[in-house]
Amino acid sequence: MAEPLLQVRDLKKHFSVKGTGLWGSAGTVRAVDGISFKVNRGETLGLVGESGCGKTTTSKLVLAAERATAGHIEFEGRDIATLPDRQLRDYRRKVQVVFQDPYSSLSPRMRVGEIIGEPLHAHEAISRRDMRARVAELFELVGLRPDMARLFPHEFSGGQRQRLAIARALSTNARLIVLDEPVSALDVSIRAHIIGLLEDIQQRLGVSYLFIAHDLAAVSHLSQQTAVMYLGKLVEVADSLELCATPLHPYTKALFAASLPSHPDEAREEIVLSGEVPSALNPPSGCRFHPRCPFAMPRCSEEEPALAELSPGHTVACHLY
Amino acid sequence: MAPPLLRVDNLQTHYFGFGGSRVVKAVDGVSFTVEAGETFGLVGESGCGKTTTCHSLVRLLAASARIVGGRIELDGENLLDLSPREMREVRGRRIASILQDPMASLDPLFSIGNQVGEPAYYHGLLRGRPLRRRVTELLSAVRIPSPEKRLREFPHQMSGGMRQRIVGAIAQAGGPRLIIADEPTTNLDVTIQLQYLNLLKELQRQSGVALIFVTHNLGIVAKMCDTVAVMYAGRIVEMQSVRGLFYAPRHPYTKALLDSIPKLGNKDPLYAVPGQPPDLSALPSGCSFHPRCTRTTAQCRAEDPPERRDDNGGLTRCWLPVEQPVPAEAVHG
Amino acid sequence: MADITDVARSLAAAPRLVWRPLRFMRELPTIPILILGGLIFVALLAPVIAPHSKLDPVTPTKAQCMAKFDIDNCPYVDGLPPVWISGGSLTTPLGTDFLGRDVLSRLMYGAQISLLVALTGTVVAGAIGTMVGVLAGYMGRWWDQILMRITDAWLTLPSLVFAILLSSVRGPGVWNVVLILALVFWSRYSRAVRGEVLALRERDFVRLAEINGIGKTRIIFRHLLPNVMNTVMVLFSLQVGVAVIIEASLSFLGVGVPPPEPSWGAMMSEGRDALMEGSWWLAVFPGICITLLVLSANMLGDWLRVRLDPQLRNR
Repeated sequence: MAEPLLQVRDLKKHFSVKGTGLWGSAGTVRAVDGISFKVNRGETLGLVGESGCGKTTTSKLVLAAERATAGHIEFEGRDIATLPDRQLRDYRRKVQVVFQDPYSSLSPRMRVGEIIGEPLHAHEAISRRDMRARVAELFELVGLRPDMARLFPHEFSGGQRQRLAIARALSTNARLIVLDEPVSALDVSIRAHIIGLLEDIQQRLGVSYLFIAHDLAAVSHLSQQTAVMYLGKLVEVADSLELCATPLHPYTKALFAASLPSHPDEAREEIVLSGEVPSALNPPSGCRFHPRCPFAMPRCSEEEPALAELSPGHTVACHLY
Repeated sequence: MAPPLLRVDNLQTHYFGFGGSRVVKAVDGVSFTVEAGETFGLVGESGCGKTTTCHSLVRLLAASARIVGGRIELDGENLLDLSPREMREVRGRRIASILQDPMASLDPLFSIGNQVGEPAYYHGLLRGRPLRRRVTELLSAVRIPSPEKRLREFPHQMSGGMRQRIVGAIAQAGGPRLIIADEPTTNLDVTIQLQYLNLLKELQRQSGVALIFVTHNLGIVAKMCDTVAVMYAGRIVEMQSVRGLFYAPRHPYTKALLDSIPKLGNKDPLYAVPGQPPDLSALPSGCSFHPRCTRTTAQCRAEDPPERRDDNGGLTRCWLPVEQPVPAEAVHG
Repeated sequence: MADITDVARSLAAAPRLVWRPLRFMRELPTIPILILGGLIFVALLAPVIAPHSKLDPVTPTKAQCMAKFDIDNCPYVDGLPPVWISGGSLTTPLGTDFLGRDVLSRLMYGAQISLLVALTGTVVAGAIGTMVGVLAGYMGRWWDQILMRITDAWLTLPSLVFAILLSSVRGPGVWNVVLILALVFWSRYSRAVRGEVLALRERDFVRLAEINGIGKTRIIFRHLLPNVMNTVMVLFSLQVGVAVIIEASLSFLGVGVPPPEPSWGAMMSEGRDALMEGSWWLAVFPGICITLLVLSANMLGDWLRVRLDPQLRNR
């Protein structure tokens, strides 16, 4: 099988937090603490988790906006930490992002045609005419009329702005797009459009996505594979449909229970977690989930479970298995 | 028969801009009833008028908005007839609200104990030690651990989920009969959301309070509500029991919404409702949904459909509801 | 997809763009615009519409010479009152000063000076202050510390005293005053702009530009500067009034625009003695002009501030 487009190995990102005194640190926030995953060409990996799980930090690491504390990120076979500057720029061209908030991701005082062309402009010396042609092409790709290029962002609706953000991400022929909650801020009826558009683009252009979200249903719809993150670690990775059919990790089950039914009589295994998400500054010992886990055993507070493959393509980190 | 707890009859709230030259009919003839102890869901997307409806119920509208018609009857009494002072007696004591952003609802300068006790204090119900006791009771009712310690703590020391629960405690503090919850879980994580929704249900069971739940999330509706009203462009386009809505939606918009939501474990393509939510200052002629509807007829384009009520108290505003067969002229996809 | 483009077309429809300028004009604050417009008009056309010269005395009529000096002709008639007071004449509607120069014409030319100096000085101050603020806010760390400490120190200097000090170094003269205004007022902008930039820096579109590897210079000029312009414009319009007063004060004290140029401040200074003698018009009319200019600049600035603040707007 072809090598994956993006391979992340044992990635860690720790932040040190200043203490309240004049010097000394209060501790380390282990935002991302040893995760490994891969994104295949032309496919989508969904990354699910709640606030504080580290998915935003992961996206920053993949975008090379932050430097990893440890571990490797390999893109097309090469570790990006070792890339010389010119090739790092090339990496930035090939890996783009779409953010959650359609209202702040477009520069308010620039015309949208310029906004979309900007990454292209930054990476290649391109003539104005070629740029306009390319921008027109991108507009059509995302379902907008090219003559809207001279308008300003505030003249578009939320859904249209997300289309513009997607167009911008595609402008440099990116191979991987990090989608950071791309539909959470949109109206319900518009979400289906954007999800459909993303699917369409993936089929047409073979772009890969790293889809980060907290909405399990949307993630499992768009992704071939889904990974569940909790407090800096991956607790379960599986093919999306299989994950929905047989979630194994208690946290995954809780997420499913919490992601509301699609109609009133839908039977769900009710798992209500107690307590709050603990702080990443002081993660619990052993399995990080054990204080809230309804199935916790004594072993769980002592020993951290490793990701083990229970069935082909389905890995879980839990002592129950 | 006792009157319903809340009866809203043909409520109309308009926004006036630019010195009166621009009128936006945010709420244009909304009627519904809420019985004591019932959970009523108000569903719609942005701009449909659900938040304006809630603000109208407690008569806390922006300066440019005015209620121009209709009645709001709480226990038979028309709230629109009340003086500002009388209305203040109603707010917090008989009707309470929970808003979307807990950080905005809580004053960062005052302690938790102070804020939770405020409704009871203001309405002259309790003072001193009985008040503190009540506050502690309320906090434990919303499952805040070690409530006595929390009395002196401040909002910024709490997590998002806890803050929203504190807002819930404040809402309960005046002993209201009706709580209006406007998207209270939008900013919460899903597992925290589940905790919170279960908590609300529990509170309802204990105190018998009625709940108006405003949301765009049909999943919450499925879990929490007894009756649901779907709003579009300032009107209620469908109102039914929750089972009826999910199993047999009548209005094409409701059906389109249900079809457009991704379902777990299902990779079928989603139905994307064409077009955008409407611009309330420039509504289309006839039925306001017709540009986005797959079942429009000439009548839909020309005439605004009236409310049609059925025997169960349900309501539909459509010339061609979903259960009726589609005439040949309407099939154009 | 056809439905989307149809609806999109109705959203971004041409008709809205056409009558937008008309709608805009209805919302303008009329009084300040009229006053400022009038002053600018006069300033621009002074050489054409001023009835007399700004520097030379008005040639008096024989009757006036007889009335004042009891001789047939004289080089000038000083101290003529405004036309509505006995002794006044229509050719010099606002009177003449102690050298026989027409007050109205001098006021018109004075508009040139006041507006030119105040506007230019404020623009230069704004340019310096904005760049300092942007660099401090965006580059952060050392830049921020150093630039802001300088700004803070500069802000503590009392403006008029500082201006006088600078003028004693540079000497009088129109361009010197512009320079002084720029040097005294730039720091007013830096704080506010830095605050805006700090907020802007965290917004998605700036983060995105950084992720895309776009250089800092381009980010500053394409993304940051255009978005702080609102704040800068408001500050600018509010500062213009202050600049006018400082210029007038400097000229009043004799260290600004030197005589015989008719700066309004200088005219007030010259009219001070005349005030004692009863020729009040020499000091009052320039004062009224300064007041009008500063008032309308402030009103305009206030309107701008409300209009450009996204939270206060009712739209």
